[in-house]
Amino acid sequence: MNKLLADRAPRGASSFLTSPVRLSTIAIAALCLLLSIPVLTVFWSITNSSDGVWQHLVDTLLFDYVRDSALLMLGVGVSVLVLGVLPAWLVTMTKFPGSRILEWALVLPLAIPAYIIAYTYTGLLDVGGPMQVMIRDTFELRYGDYWFPQIRSLGGAIAMLSLVLYPYVYLLSRMAFLEQSICVLEVSRTLGASPTKAFFRVAVPLARPAIIAGLSLVLMETLADYGTVQYFGVSAFTTGIFRTWFGLGSSVAAAQLSALLLLFIMTLVLAEQWSRRQSRYHHTSNKYSRLPKIKLRGWKLTGALIYCVLPVLAGFLIPFVQLCLWTLETWDLVDRQGFIVLAYNSLRLAATAALIALFLGVLIVYSRRLRPDMFMRGAFRILGLGYAIPGTVIAVGVLIPFAWFDNTIDAWMRENFSISTGLMFSGTLIALVFAYIVRFLPVAMNTVDAGMGKIKPSMDDVGRSMGLGSFAILRRIHAPIMRGSLLTAALLVFVDVLKELPATLILRPFNFNTLAIRTYELANQERLAEAASSALMIVLAGIIPVIILSYTISRSRPGNDIRT
Amino acid sequence: MGSSRFTIKKVAKDLVKNSLIGSAVLLLITAASITAAAEVNIYSAREENLIKPILDRYTAQTGTKINLVTGGADELIKRLELEGVNSPADLLLTVDVGRLLRAKDADLLQPVDSDILEDVIPVQYRDSNGYWFGVSLRSRVIVYDKARVDPAQLSTYEALADPKWKGKICVRSSTNIYNQSLTAAMVSHNGVEVTEQWARGLVANLARNPQGGDRDQINAIAAGQCELALVNTYYLAGMLKSTVGNDKSTAESVGVFWPNQQGRGAHINISGAGVTKSAKNTEAAIELLEFMVSEEAQQWYADVNDEFPVRAGIAASEILQSWGEFKADNIPLEQLGIHNADAVRLMDRAGWK
Repeated sequence: MNKLLADRAPRGASSFLTSPVRLSTIAIAALCLLLSIPVLTVFWSITNSSDGVWQHLVDTLLFDYVRDSALLMLGVGVSVLVLGVLPAWLVTMTKFPGSRILEWALVLPLAIPAYIIAYTYTGLLDVGGPMQVMIRDTFELRYGDYWFPQIRSLGGAIAMLSLVLYPYVYLLSRMAFLEQSICVLEVSRTLGASPTKAFFRVAVPLARPAIIAGLSLVLMETLADYGTVQYFGVSAFTTGIFRTWFGLGSSVAAAQLSALLLLFIMTLVLAEQWSRRQSRYHHTSNKYSRLPKIKLRGWKLTGALIYCVLPVLAGFLIPFVQLCLWTLETWDLVDRQGFIVLAYNSLRLAATAALIALFLGVLIVYSRRLRPDMFMRGAFRILGLGYAIPGTVIAVGVLIPFAWFDNTIDAWMRENFSISTGLMFSGTLIALVFAYIVRFLPVAMNTVDAGMGKIKPSMDDVGRSMGLGSFAILRRIHAPIMRGSLLTAALLVFVDVLKELPATLILRPFNFNTLAIRTYELANQERLAEAASSALMIVLAGIIPVIILSYTISRSRPGNDIRT
Repeated sequence: MGSSRFTIKKVAKDLVKNSLIGSAVLLLITAASITAAAEVNIYSAREENLIKPILDRYTAQTGTKINLVTGGADELIKRLELEGVNSPADLLLTVDVGRLLRAKDADLLQPVDSDILEDVIPVQYRDSNGYWFGVSLRSRVIVYDKARVDPAQLSTYEALADPKWKGKICVRSSTNIYNQSLTAAMVSHNGVEVTEQWARGLVANLARNPQGGDRDQINAIAAGQCELALVNTYYLAGMLKSTVGNDKSTAESVGVFWPNQQGRGAHINISGAGVTKSAKNTEAAIELLEFMVSEEAQQWYADVNDEFPVRAGIAASEILQSWGEFKADNIPLEQLGIHNADAVRLMDRAGWK
């Protein structure tokens, strides 16, 4: 193990007790602890008693929760791999009409929040929706005379979540394919592998850390989803958490369910780590050249085109058009005055959170690279869990320590100085941004980690031998190599915050609303069509970063400028 | 290494600077709040577009500034609880009685003594000690497919468990508070065992798994998926008023049946409010509450939200009036909170998802 660590860590940094960066070590440790508080608060709940609620759950619904969540994860996991990996490879390695457009179009569904795609498809496909009405009118049928897929079902939830989440897998695997040295692929070809075989035997296994990183983001987001499963009547774990909390009035049992969820995710993550144990995925060659794209013809072209167009059509175009139609229909009904403020609030929060998350993500990932000791790896694990916790639970995990801190200071000040400081952080944007960071830092960390993981430790050594310090190595060697990963991390967090609802709802200050909140409030009154205009604005605001994202990634390939 | 040290120093410096600015701002805010006019801070489970207009009207009339945070009732209650004595909220607004009771049980509300509130609001729609007050009413009724159901066949909520309705009823999830409150009312009237039997019978009669919202149940009837559903009155009224899509024609295909008219009457829930225990602006909060049951505000609630006014002598909206007079269940709403957890547990056991 030690040898392994030494291999990863640049020499000179491993004896950190004597190292001059002790101060920063302590600062980073403190930071990790601070950010871990909400997750630890959830874990802490395990020690409390929950008055027989558990017995009731075991007797009635716990099995349903476990089963539905497992099926949901399985379904979404398989679907996003199918939808994400091959198109990423196709647009990277092959050329066909429209492939340049699809490169970025495939990312677009990322701009649509899961609950919004669920609303739109329900509006379209439900028994009272235009599709079924048309079928009934055209063929003079009654309900039940014909078969039609039930949108509000486990299958429907899998479809909805897969359609908006596959871009994570697409993005990260595309990034990996782009960064793969052409040599490996050429070697595989000279060894007689067909392009198909090269894809399955070389490209995919090499991209595995990236694909897994994308997949784990998807699965965590799936487990944390509440809007979609609740709307579709799926008894997933989050449904259980909220039902226990609100219906049975037991926040303790609800937090314990969350803790259980976390343990499960931790097991998954560790299992994955263990399964690839000591494999490393650095590229051994720096020989990059412009990718020679394979030109597709005939049925391969048709197949590739359909395969790549379908996810965009179903995941973006159809819901987008539906939202536009609804917006036109309800244009006169909605309050458009407030839109600018709402949009400004949304964008401001998203940008702030994205920058902070990027900064912290790099800091933490790089610290772990420098000193992969027990503490840093443990912190990495704990911090990585935030993404899997439903936003409301995170929000409570943030409220508890903040309110405690504020009230303690207030009490102390009152006692000693007869001054009431009131709530200094609770109910401010600081608390809200903190919650975003806890929830979305894993996105930044995973993305940065995938990028940095591919940089050989010997690069650090080279830098060090040239007299560069840790920070200079990060800035002058790592950052240029992985600038695509950095931008991806920031933009992913940006789009995620734009879409975030539950934490915003509970933590925001007075008289402060965002686009997501406006959408939710109207949808909550079951006025889907009227909710469309603000939903559309979330999507539009999300499209721009998503396109930048895709564009940067295309250009991020090392050696992109080299003409061959 | 020097560079990272330098950065930390800089970060620390920035931090100090920022916190100094922060404290200055804080002081300014505190100073401002001392000199400002009356203010009320509201945590509201009623969505902004359904409450802000009337609050704005109040501000225009009195100059009282109103600050609003909306959100789910349970989340807001949790926030109130965690913020403790320093919570800025003066008033908690919810759209069902269950949550008001939960807030009271969590010791988050304070008793209010107001002659106006006690005179205007019938005793069953407010807490006996003034912890919370109903400001508008809604009923959960049976709606039926006008084309296929003879309303003479309908009678009570209890009768929905009759096997003759097998495969004909649509209802939303038991996670929904309105279903929980209805079931809690039935527990209060009939006891847990009888109600559990009823829930089992109802589940056996369902045309599909519980899903969607109240409007979706009406859509399902119009589409022919089921013949009966349980919905809140204002949802149906909202659809009848809607100009969007085929909402109106859909809603027109169902009829309203007032259940239990020979017995206890149709189930009633409230939207209501309570003054928080931590309130700093207690007087202003009570005045606002009194305004909410004034003739003007009650008329607004009735016309805009299609809810039944809690104040006598105010006309309900035309749509609501068109469904005729009805007898309302007089059960003190406090009972619903007492039985809510029982209701959820029995719905779980009965397989009402």
